[in-house]
Amino acid sequence: MEFDDRAPIYTQIMDLVKRRIAVGELKVGQQLPSVRDLAQQVVVNPNTVQKAYLELEREGYVATQRGMGTFVSGDRGTVDLLRQRLARDIVEAYVASMRSLAYGPEEITAMAAETARKETK
Amino acid sequence: MSMLVQISNLTKRYITTTALSDVTLEVPEGHIMGLLGPNGSGKTTLMKILAGLVSPTSGSVLVDGMAPGVGTKAKVSFLPDVNHLDRWMSVGEAGDFYGDFYLDFDRKRFEELLTIMRLDAGQKIGSLSKGMVEKARLSLVFSRKARLYVLDEPFGGLDPLARSQVLDALVANFRTDCSMILSTQMVADVEHFFDNVVFLDRGHVVLAGDAEDLRTRRGASIEDIYREVYGHVETR
Repeated sequence: MEFDDRAPIYTQIMDLVKRRIAVGELKVGQQLPSVRDLAQQVVVNPNTVQKAYLELEREGYVATQRGMGTFVSGDRGTVDLLRQRLARDIVEAYVASMRSLAYGPEEITAMAAETARKETK
Repeated sequence: MSMLVQISNLTKRYITTTALSDVTLEVPEGHIMGLLGPNGSGKTTLMKILAGLVSPTSGSVLVDGMAPGVGTKAKVSFLPDVNHLDRWMSVGEAGDFYGDFYLDFDRKRFEELLTIMRLDAGQKIGSLSKGMVEKARLSLVFSRKARLYVLDEPFGGLDPLARSQVLDALVANFRTDCSMILSTQMVADVEHFFDNVVFLDRGHVVLAGDAEDLRTRRGASIEDIYREVYGHVETR
């Protein structure tokens, strides 16, 4: 996996896990890869993965069962909410970059709609 | 968190130069520390002191609570910056040699590492390419179940593929009951592995801290910070 080295790695691992939860690659109740396995997969320090898991737990997306592993927590509702939240982040970033090119709200929505139609054809 | 390495006010003077000047740093158990700096900044001297090969002029050094010496050599697995293996030995014989020397040497682990590194125990050290010698040396060093791994430029003569094999071995090998200190000039390739980094310049610690904190606070990669600290490009 390619990381942006200018931002903390653990937040990027958190995003990776959140995305997997949001799209259903990781289902509620499913076990996450062990810290060591994920560290080997994405080739980072295991402590960094551990930190990402702890933060995800603090935010309530996963729960660790002692000696068993880390599991996706929540229900359909929380997963939908997470997906919406991630979508909103992307939309906000898109709108901000469009604004920096001096586009107005109508043009921004129009261009997004046009691109979306093309992509789905 | 317990500190596996505690260095305070360490100074090392050679006859004409001061290699290390008032260095204070700690490495917690279970952490990987990156020791960064250009040539001549004191990295190798610091590592040799930790390995018990060079004695400090003043200050205190504790490895797992002990001053470097016979006792710590049994706990510290050191990769020197130059080849330390005899050319006439085969890779397997070098393993026998390590097995005789170090009680914590795990032969099975060694064989596994040779497979990861795509090396053959029958090959003579003298017949290996520079990169293969590096991989053989790293296999030996990682085959010890040491408390502290001190690796001086472990990615020196390696091509990108070999580097990723070594990094895989490094992650697979890492345990929470050991610590690792590694020096490198290829910051970009390995910065994801550092818990902490220490920047040395002419024997002084000029910057030290948690790698993620530094990225957050400065909005920059460790490599960017390296360039900023040393004011010139030499990482690639």
